[in-house]
Amino acid sequence: MPDYQWPDPAHRTLIGKRTPRVDSPEKVSGQARYTYDVKRPGMLYGKMVRSPYAHCKIVSIDTSAAEKMPGVKAIEIVQKPGATIPWAGDEVVGVAAIDEATAEDAARAIQVKYQKLPHLVSDAEPPAGAAENQGPLSLDDLGDMLQNQVPERQIVALIQEYGISFKPTEEDIKEAKDEGVPDSVIEAARNATVHPEAANKTKSNYIKAATQSQGDVDKAFAEADAASEGFYGAPVIVHCCMEAHGSTSEWTDPDHLFVHMSTQNVSGIAGQMAEPLKLPAANIRVHQDHVGGGFGSKFSPDRWGIVTAQLSKKADGKPVRMMLERDSELEVAGARPSAYARVKVGAKKDGTLVAWQSHSWGTGGPGGGGMPPIPYCFSIPNQHKEHTAIRNNIGPARAWRAPNHPQACVLTMSALDDLAAKLNMDPYEFFLKNLELTRLSKIYRDEFPIAAEMMGWKEKWHPRGQNISGNIARGVGLSLHTWGGRGHASDCDLSIHPDGSVDIKMGTQDIGTGTRTCIAVVAADALGLQATDIKLYIGDTLYPPSGGSGGSTTPGGVSSSTRRAVVDARDALFAKVAPALNVQPDDLEARDGSVRVKSDPSRSLSWKEACSKIGATPITSHGHNDQAAAKNKPDLTNSGVGGVQMAEVAVDTETGIVKVTKMVAVQDCGLVIDPKMAESSVLGALVMGISYSLFEEKIMDPTTGRMLNADMEFYRLAGLNDIPELKVHMMTGPGYDERGVIGLGEPPVISSGAAISNAVANAIGVRVGVIPLTPAKVLAALNQTQKAGA
Amino acid sequence: MRAFDYVSPTSTRQAANLLSSTWGNTEILAGGTDLLALMKEDVVTPKRLVNIKEIADLRGVKSDSSGLRIGSLTTLAEVAEDAGVREKYPAFAEAVREAASPQIRNMATVGGNLCQRPRCWYFRNGLGLLPKDESGKELVEEGDNRYHAILGNDGPARFVSPSTIVPVLIAYGAKVRLEGPKGKRELPLEKFYVIPKTDRDREHDLLPNEIVTEVVIPAANGWKVAHYEIRQKAAFDWPLAVAAVALKMDGSSVQAARVVLGHVAPTPWPSPQAEAALKGQPANEDSAKKAADAALANAKPLSQNAYKVQLARVAVKRAILKAAGGAA
Ligand SMILES: Cc1cc2nc3c(=O)[nH]c(=O)nc-3n(C[C@H](O)[C@H](O)[C@H](O)COP(=O)(O)OP(=O)(O)OC[C@H]3O[C@@H](n4cnc5c(N)ncnc54)[C@H](O)[C@@H]3O)c2cc1C
Repeated sequence: MPDYQWPDPAHRTLIGKRTPRVDSPEKVSGQARYTYDVKRPGMLYGKMVRSPYAHCKIVSIDTSAAEKMPGVKAIEIVQKPGATIPWAGDEVVGVAAIDEATAEDAARAIQVKYQKLPHLVSDAEPPAGAAENQGPLSLDDLGDMLQNQVPERQIVALIQEYGISFKPTEEDIKEAKDEGVPDSVIEAARNATVHPEAANKTKSNYIKAATQSQGDVDKAFAEADAASEGFYGAPVIVHCCMEAHGSTSEWTDPDHLFVHMSTQNVSGIAGQMAEPLKLPAANIRVHQDHVGGGFGSKFSPDRWGIVTAQLSKKADGKPVRMMLERDSELEVAGARPSAYARVKVGAKKDGTLVAWQSHSWGTGGPGGGGMPPIPYCFSIPNQHKEHTAIRNNIGPARAWRAPNHPQACVLTMSALDDLAAKLNMDPYEFFLKNLELTRLSKIYRDEFPIAAEMMGWKEKWHPRGQNISGNIARGVGLSLHTWGGRGHASDCDLSIHPDGSVDIKMGTQDIGTGTRTCIAVVAADALGLQATDIKLYIGDTLYPPSGGSGGSTTPGGVSSSTRRAVVDARDALFAKVAPALNVQPDDLEARDGSVRVKSDPSRSLSWKEACSKIGATPITSHGHNDQAAAKNKPDLTNSGVGGVQMAEVAVDTETGIVKVTKMVAVQDCGLVIDPKMAESSVLGALVMGISYSLFEEKIMDPTTGRMLNADMEFYRLAGLNDIPELKVHMMTGPGYDERGVIGLGEPPVISSGAAISNAVANAIGVRVGVIPLTPAKVLAALNQTQKAGA
Repeated sequence: MRAFDYVSPTSTRQAANLLSSTWGNTEILAGGTDLLALMKEDVVTPKRLVNIKEIADLRGVKSDSSGLRIGSLTTLAEVAEDAGVREKYPAFAEAVREAASPQIRNMATVGGNLCQRPRCWYFRNGLGLLPKDESGKELVEEGDNRYHAILGNDGPARFVSPSTIVPVLIAYGAKVRLEGPKGKRELPLEKFYVIPKTDRDREHDLLPNEIVTEVVIPAANGWKVAHYEIRQKAAFDWPLAVAAVALKMDGSSVQAARVVLGHVAPTPWPSPQAEAALKGQPANEDSAKKAADAALANAKPLSQNAYKVQLARVAVKRAILKAAGGAA
């Protein structure tokens, strides 16, 4: 039986050491090629006619003028007259022309008549009594809940309670399975009562999405020594990928499509394009070298991606490129649902949490969206929760780095921090006191003192509002979070060539998280080589499939499949080399660029000499990691990480401007393949966390229903000067390493909002309940206390 | 791309003759950092662009008896680096250094900065400078006006004047020189800005065929000048309020003051009320606060921008204290 287990510390050569990214030289020298950079011979440029109205019906489309324009090569109607448009910026007609300017002129020449319908773009608190019961669920409702990671149990319960409004076809079910919809949900839909009449009913904008109770809340509050009530929230924000969404498609012959796409999901794209294009997935090749950000918004080919293929078909297969403009990127290519809640939370005198009550609401666009997992991390024994989903016309929601967790974290940790203040407790003690209510108390218990030490918490913490000098108020805040992160299905082909070169082929993608480096380190570690010795082929459907990079599933997946492949190949090499060294294969090890006898390292062959024993054809091996843990023997990946973050802020009490002055993150992700890369992943998350805590918000105009800040001037992102000292500590060693590899992309972005909000409350003595913490909101909160004091 | 003519005259006179006498037909192209974005977004659709960058006379910083003369084609980067500006008008140099980003300052010209169009998101989204919907509803008043005007906002104009370098220029007493088919004229810079009443008006007292040729800053002898901006982000962000203050001291009390606010009204906003409040007072926290209150006494916030009143007050107060503490 090959020894796939992760090596123990004594036998690791690269795993756990600081290896620089293997693709750094390519990136810093500007040679890394992004989909945006792809210029194919004879390429045409695509543009999209988009709806100017937030809610309307298409009455007519006249493309005749555009068709006659010189240079216009193809026009594709995306939504026909009669279609209802659910948000401004939705796709109506695609055009392809010889250059961008002509394509733009053609798009402008297309006459579309719309009939405006009433729209709602607000996600303000639903009027009392407005929320209607959830009726039978539509296919869209289900899709939306799955996208927003509503727990499986909850979806099944809703289906059982309300039924569904469509009869699922065998095709729907197959598709659902392919997309990884949990079996329990599929089963529930199959057995559900179907109410076809519900499909045509106009739905209220406000849906009672969840009502959940456990324990006896009223009694618990009555017996609690202290209770705190507050209003908290996080608005809709957008992904704002630096490289906009988009692709270039070309028909290499009438039956074969070649697509360059900016995606987090190389292996998953062909399957999604096959159906709409009526083409076998096997005939679609998808390629990508580098991607400029996705954050959860780039798993699908998108309607505009399908359109590039349709336009290309009409243009004799010529490549058609369509990359979203910056405004469309912000309007339609992804948004994080909002979440707001009125929360009441109660505890005993010693801080022990006993009761939670929340009325929450939020929107994820026309689908509404589900309740975020509140109370987050802490299973408070007595709970009552009601959630209203607002269906509106702001555009579609997509998974945003740790879907629903940052919102849940803000709602929960702000409320707990307010309760700690009410109890006159240091939140550090208060959170520690309640760790037994979390599932990862041991991890948090390890992490808390480390974070406190790095922040200087003991010296810096003070009761609220008691460190104000002149107009500068300083404070610290903390939060904790959790995430899954089990490795996805992944397949790896590895070859050791007779000349000593090693290559790996895998249809994964490196979304900037260091996937290339992760694969190379795992392979090189087992072969006693350097990471840069491994030649990597990724980002193409020509290579074995590997899962989409979402849910922090990539490191666990690719490291496990690579480990299996490399151990098999290495063992095959040892078998070839053993006779030359007069030992058994088991007596050999690969270290420091040589293959040598474990008990007598002086008996060795250089790596090249060793490989020369392979013969004429390379050694090849295949490694597979299964989605199902039980099928992996041994299982090299795991799920469930914990992290703690602390923030320090300085607030100008006259202007309400918040500066984060220091942030500390302590994070676990099981066995750390490359601490340098892991730290940089966390650093990036902190930057993003500061940005959404202070600046980001999708601002909609109530009258026109359009996004007002679909640009990078007023959709503010943190700049270099807004980023303070950031400190990261990765948990490693016993208790962590043996858990196997767990993903890291998402968890460290979860706590930042709550930690920063808590720090601001600590600084100014009053809660600013809703992020981003803009001057307007900070000043409003300060004025409230002044009024109250006066 | 909409087709347009492109001409590159080499003299101001030629340029003026190539410009149309009605707005909308032609536009002057300087650094293009604003105009090209407006054209790409289809907000302005000129039939002819008159590129003035070949007019050598419009470049560079000179000085003579009227003071410092800054040619309208001088870039913000050149101004920020200019030894004369830095030495004699440090508050202006500071305002220029804080504007936009290094890349933009390398392209952006002083003339273009004075004439740049408002950043109002309704305007930039193609909904008009005085935006209304089909039913006549005023979009700014009814909509999201968190960054809009708190002064001079009776309407229909409610955008804020965008330049962050103009308030301090006004505080220094700068004048702007214009040239058109009918010859040259000179205006105090504050008179160059007007509040448009109809969609046919612009926010500058500029004829469609006039060109800004120069900005002249008189010698700042005896004036202590400061510029203060409140931006949410540490850099490369539009401010929420700007104030520029010039003080002439008589011993320890203020003999004369100029107080100009930015990003609070459809024009740069000189405040005679604040100036009167300062006169004869010592320049300290107390008088600065009173002057700031006076400057904002007439503020009428819209539905979502009351916080800007407080920010503008703080900007005025801090600019006064900064001016009092610093040199010219
Ligand atoms: C991201 C960003 C951030 C910015 N931040 C700031 C900031 O913080 N502070 C600030 O003050 N500005 C800021 N700006 C605005 C910038 O300063 C202006 O875009 C720039 O100064 C315009 O100069 P330009 O030469 O590029 O003008 P152009 O874009 O060429 O022209 C702008 C307008 O002025 C007209 N015009 C140009 N020259 C003349 C002339 N000589 N006579 C008559 N009309 C003329 C043009 O017709 C056009 O309408 C920012 C701009 C951007 C894009």
